[in-house]
Amino acid sequence: MRKILKYSFYDLMRSRWSYVYFLFYLLLGIVLLFLNNDLNKAVITLMNVIIVLVPLIGTIFGVMYYYNSKEFTELLLAQPVKRSSIFLGQYFGVALSLSLSLILGLGGPFVFYGIFNSSAIWDFSLLLVTGTLLTLIFTALAFVIALFNENKIKGFGYAILLWLFMAVIYDGLFLMSLMYFEDYPLDKFSLVATMLNPVDLSRVLILLKLDISALLGYTGAVFQNFFGTSFGLILSLGMLGLWVLVPVLIINRKAKRKDF
Amino acid sequence: MIAIDNLHKKFGKNQVLQGIDLTIDEGGIFAVLGPNGSGKTTLIKSILGMVLPDAGSIRLNGSSIKKDWKYRNQIDYLPQIANFPGNLTVQELIKMIKDLRSDKTTEDERLIDVFKLQPFLNKKLSNLSGGTKQKVNLVLTFMFDSPLIILDEPTTGLDPISHLRLKTLISEAKEKGKTILITSHIMSFVEEIADEIVFLLEGKIYFRGSIFQLKERTEQPDFEHAIAAMLSSSYA
Amino acid sequence: MCRLLFYIVLFILPPLVSWANTITVCEGCKVSSIKEAVKVASAYDTIVVQKGVYREYNIGIDKPLTLLGENQPTIDGMDKGEIITIESDHVTVDGFTIINVGTSYTTDYAAIRVVKSTDFLIQQNTLERLFFGIYLEKSNGGKVLHNTIKGDAVNEYNSGNGIQLWYCKDVEVANNSVRNVRDGIYLEFSDNIHIHNNKSIDNLRYGLHFMFSNNDSYTKNLFENNGAGVAVMFSKHIEMKNNVFRKNWGTAAFGLLLKEINDAEIIGNVFEENTVGINIEGSNRIDYRHNDFINNGWAMKVRGACYTNTFQFNNFLYNSFDVSYNSKLNDNLFDQNFWSNYTGYDLNRNGIGDVPYRPVKLFSYIVNRTPETIILLRSLFIDIIDFSEKVSPVFTPDNLMDEHPRMKRIDHDSYR
Repeated sequence: MRKILKYSFYDLMRSRWSYVYFLFYLLLGIVLLFLNNDLNKAVITLMNVIIVLVPLIGTIFGVMYYYNSKEFTELLLAQPVKRSSIFLGQYFGVALSLSLSLILGLGGPFVFYGIFNSSAIWDFSLLLVTGTLLTLIFTALAFVIALFNENKIKGFGYAILLWLFMAVIYDGLFLMSLMYFEDYPLDKFSLVATMLNPVDLSRVLILLKLDISALLGYTGAVFQNFFGTSFGLILSLGMLGLWVLVPVLIINRKAKRKDF
Repeated sequence: MIAIDNLHKKFGKNQVLQGIDLTIDEGGIFAVLGPNGSGKTTLIKSILGMVLPDAGSIRLNGSSIKKDWKYRNQIDYLPQIANFPGNLTVQELIKMIKDLRSDKTTEDERLIDVFKLQPFLNKKLSNLSGGTKQKVNLVLTFMFDSPLIILDEPTTGLDPISHLRLKTLISEAKEKGKTILITSHIMSFVEEIADEIVFLLEGKIYFRGSIFQLKERTEQPDFEHAIAAMLSSSYA
Repeated sequence: MCRLLFYIVLFILPPLVSWANTITVCEGCKVSSIKEAVKVASAYDTIVVQKGVYREYNIGIDKPLTLLGENQPTIDGMDKGEIITIESDHVTVDGFTIINVGTSYTTDYAAIRVVKSTDFLIQQNTLERLFFGIYLEKSNGGKVLHNTIKGDAVNEYNSGNGIQLWYCKDVEVANNSVRNVRDGIYLEFSDNIHIHNNKSIDNLRYGLHFMFSNNDSYTKNLFENNGAGVAVMFSKHIEMKNNVFRKNWGTAAFGLLLKEINDAEIIGNVFEENTVGINIEGSNRIDYRHNDFINNGWAMKVRGACYTNTFQFNNFLYNSFDVSYNSKLNDNLFDQNFWSNYTGYDLNRNGIGDVPYRPVKLFSYIVNRTPETIILLRSLFIDIIDFSEKVSPVFTPDNLMDEHPRMKRIDHDSYR
């Protein structure tokens, strides 16, 4: 797996899109920090970018990479390599190169700005950690979708739908159900519903840092426990980890049973 | 060498292979022929482990290939469509494939020379023409010394000189006592090199034998007509 | 009155001072307890108490005296009851550590109580393990300065307040530090009180609490991590300037609570990291200027019946919600504030945004209705519905907007 990973990673790191992605983050970081000169606002804007854009890019890149390297994958399949190694290697190649673009692109300007001397270092590293996790999650989901759909157009369609669902529609349904059942105690439900969507989960993880004052205004004991202690942080990170693991296992399983 | 027993494969509702029994002995060139959709590629991919059969077994040198991947060290495969990671160079690609094989004695330098690929070694694969890519593809296939070689449409996109060199490579391999499995649409090419023909039709082996036997059976003077006759008789 | 004071100073005080004695109290001295010293002292004497631990309570001071602690002697009340009770004008208590005030559910025992007296001075004392700290009752014209009060309150029902004023006038409360009691400073029916440069931290209920008190001021105080910062209720003409309200977190926590307050000024304060910066109910004609609201959950929650308030030149920085309203009506003016959430532009470069800013978001309305929805804060979906509400307000007051939002954070110093 490591060999495949190494070469897909090399390949991707030299691709135009990696540079575009990297430069986008670099530019974003520079604009936010040096033109606006306001660290707090930069972190908030970044959060919006990270929870919306990172999943989208991860999904599109994942699907695109899978379909584009289909013929090469067939060549690899005829080599004495385990199937799971091929797909996991390619997956980690894509996910790591995307993560690296994100971390270097954003981290560069921030380091230069002197984040290490500022108290925002934790907020910022949390942003990068969730960004990386979201990349891992959505690239994996993209691979799953691509593995289950031979048809490229269909695969793309499903991938975009998945993103749209996770980033927007899910929250709409979530909000409606909360308002519809407002007479019932809902804090457990809302926590579970949050756990089931990695985008929401990452958002809440960042909220724990940014908006803790507002979150603590809520009365429920479950929320209080979740928001008020490090329990929330640990649980959210654990769930995000699970969100990486499960699709990766599905990739592994599907790769073993698929015909090419 | 290869022993295929009662091989079945279905894609959705489409029964592609319906009970293939085939034994291929060591040494010689075998051409797998058949109309589109007859199951040629599926058969080859089954041997390579890319397609997992619904029923039946495939044995290579006596041991089943099921749930095994190391056996592929004994196979060199030339895929039909050559498409490589665009941002790697030719040299890196060769190195990568070498990395993946346990067989470390390679002939890549001689082959690069044969196909005059030196000027392209440090070029990115995305910048190569289709023909050059096919040459790279051939290098990747022939640089190892494996007892079984599988070629899927090897002549696609080759210029006449490379075509000749390919034929030389194939006959060299045959002389070394290797087994070579070929699919091709170019009948003259098949006629020229194949020792034996395996003709597939609707997922079954319709004919197996030498070109001479084929001509005899169809009572046609030349190979192309023999194939055509076999097809029309089967449709009639 | 002034002239009378002058004659007193000129003719009466000098003989008194020259006759005034100093009585020294220490373990081995002739006078070894404070109670005894008070008994033998004449009016205007000074009692110097040397370092040591004095196990005494119910020390009643009934004549004008100066009690001076030398090297911070300790008076240990042994949890028996009140420790010092002043019932005379012109009493000074300076430099003591007073510990172990008795706790009672029927009597409000204090470390130092002043009853119906004037011209008192209570300074540089440290009060610990107390019920009530300094309790001023119907007393006027005194000072409470530089005291440190450190309680160990756990529950509201069996704990007292740090500094309490009841029916007092013209008192200065300054440079005190109050921690871990019920209310840090509590005023009831007290007018013309000036509270400044105090620190009120970690108190169970309020850092500072006004009830039915008028014409008071509090300035330059720090209120941090209290159950709620400051509660001002049923009072008029309160001046609140240059205070800092920080980290008042919790379900009912706020930096400042205004309830039935009229004609107040709230200027130059900083509200930082509170669940609610200011909670306003039934308060009218209040002038909010040059305040900073930073990183609060809600910078301001306006709940009904608030009229003719003005909010100008404030900075609203990175609050989860800037303003929340629970009605569709608005009679308050928001003008020339800086809102970090403002996304408009300034084409004519006059420092004022060309499109108005609406500080009330649809989502704050939703959260008011269904509190659990807070978990969707900053979701893309919420941004989308907030945007559509901004374009055509349906649930939020449509005339509530800052017509002249500032483009840059307001530098308050340049206005003074």
